[in-house]
Amino acid sequence: MELNALYNQIIVENSRSNQNRHKVSDATATLEGVNPSCGDDIILELRVNDGIIEDAGFTGEGCAISQASASLMIDLILGKPVEEAQKLLETFLGMIKGEISDEEQLEFLEDAIALKGISHMPGRVKCAVLPWHTLMGILDEKEAENK
Amino acid sequence: MKSVRDQFPILSVPENEKRLIYLDNAATSFKPLSVLKAVDDYYRMDNANPHRGVYTLGVRSTDIHENARLTAARFVNADPEEIIFTQNATEALNLVAYSYGMEFLKKGDEILISVAEHHSNLVPWQRVAKQTGSRLVYLYPGPDGRIAEEELDWKINSRTRLIAIAHVSNVLGTEAPVKSIVERARLHGAAVVLDCAQSVSHMPVDIKELGVDFAAFSGHKMYAPMGIGVLYGKKELLEKMPPFLSGGDMIANVHEQTSTYAEVPRRFEAGTRNVGGEAGLAAAIEYINSIGWETIRTHEHALMDQALKGLNALPYITVYGSTDSRDRHGVISFNVDGVHPHDTATILDSEGIAVRAGHHCAQPLMEYMGIGSCVRASIAIYNTEEDISVFLNSLGQVRRWMGYGA
Repeated sequence: MELNALYNQIIVENSRSNQNRHKVSDATATLEGVNPSCGDDIILELRVNDGIIEDAGFTGEGCAISQASASLMIDLILGKPVEEAQKLLETFLGMIKGEISDEEQLEFLEDAIALKGISHMPGRVKCAVLPWHTLMGILDEKEAENK
Repeated sequence: MKSVRDQFPILSVPENEKRLIYLDNAATSFKPLSVLKAVDDYYRMDNANPHRGVYTLGVRSTDIHENARLTAARFVNADPEEIIFTQNATEALNLVAYSYGMEFLKKGDEILISVAEHHSNLVPWQRVAKQTGSRLVYLYPGPDGRIAEEELDWKINSRTRLIAIAHVSNVLGTEAPVKSIVERARLHGAAVVLDCAQSVSHMPVDIKELGVDFAAFSGHKMYAPMGIGVLYGKKELLEKMPPFLSGGDMIANVHEQTSTYAEVPRRFEAGTRNVGGEAGLAAAIEYINSIGWETIRTHEHALMDQALKGLNALPYITVYGSTDSRDRHGVISFNVDGVHPHDTATILDSEGIAVRAGHHCAQPLMEYMGIGSCVRASIAIYNTEEDISVFLNSLGQVRRWMGYGA
């Protein structure tokens, strides 16, 4: 296994970055995501207005992979319409599952593409997807409300 | 040591192109050739359903089943009729919880366990407490992992009906003060259940000397196959307990509306048993006996001492529990400052080193210690001084990978 593919500069820096690690004032949606097997636990908060993700932040604890993944995800979805976040979410999960490898398509993920190496590490996939599954929970709930 | 390592074929399979350094023995141990052969031989030559056939093969299978019981009984200094085969320690503890706890505990009674219990010696007691209206009370260890006598003095009282405790903690590696617990339990007439899952491969377990009422252990942590475990139960208690699982082979007579049950221990062994596993367990016990406790203890203590001294010398490591290696029975848990245990384990894995990261099925202990999870290194007879040296050296790499200077 190549550790470089996993603990690359983007991931290590993002795992320790506090930029997106905060509570969101007037949050319109909050969801806790937990990996029961390892105790990773993040709380994701969003403020959505007129279909736009105006603010997003996370709190909680976890490994470098889950923390970096949460931070990179928030960088990516901030200021974007919910539909676009939904598409990025599918692209990210597709990348991790190894279903999407088309470079052009993956470019939309910006720095989150640094997590691609995880797709070859079954033991750590759950860490990378935790924040995204939490986002999925929020967006699916929103969709159900709108119907 | 080389001759010991030669007995474990999995040790010669490279891991991540490196020599495998397996330090997750508290989760499960490897199996020596003699155990693999015993299981293989059983299915090749002796496979039949015990207690059923009158034919010679069936008799042979029954003999293997009952001889394994005798071997297990001798191993823990108990009578064979007090030995029940289960899948593992978890099933053994559940058997006690359901057939003793649910039956004999009532509202106002107290069940006493330690906050360091493995979930398998905790969740069943939560269920008993909920069902019977009894209260689940906790013992709390000090920073050295030990439970103080004063804690026992007041937590064991006239309401205490049952005390369930791990002989050795699977996180802290500390031995429970069994003698003090049993003394106090006797005063108040409480039953004592000992979870020996972590002790049985590291130290002799003598039931008569310990004086406990029940004891449970798994085969797979003591060089035997997965899927075989043992419950020891005092005969007079087993005899008044209702069956746990019911069905074939645990009965005396079955009529349309009623049944009578077999004598103990068969009353608690419903259905076709894991005789291949029992043959493997007997072989594992013989393997441990052939090495001898003195050799095992001397070797493992030397490794614990080396590991603990090495970890204590690293400034960025926090070790949980006692810093005295004499208190450590095969297990050391720790964290690397600023690094999540899963990242530590992944980085060590790239060096071929297998350690466990997580809550170790002891979430209440993690909460009590104020951490979410930790890294655990646990040893067995086949680990070497070199294993520990490589492990300690590799820990130096962990913080570097995570972007710290050192």
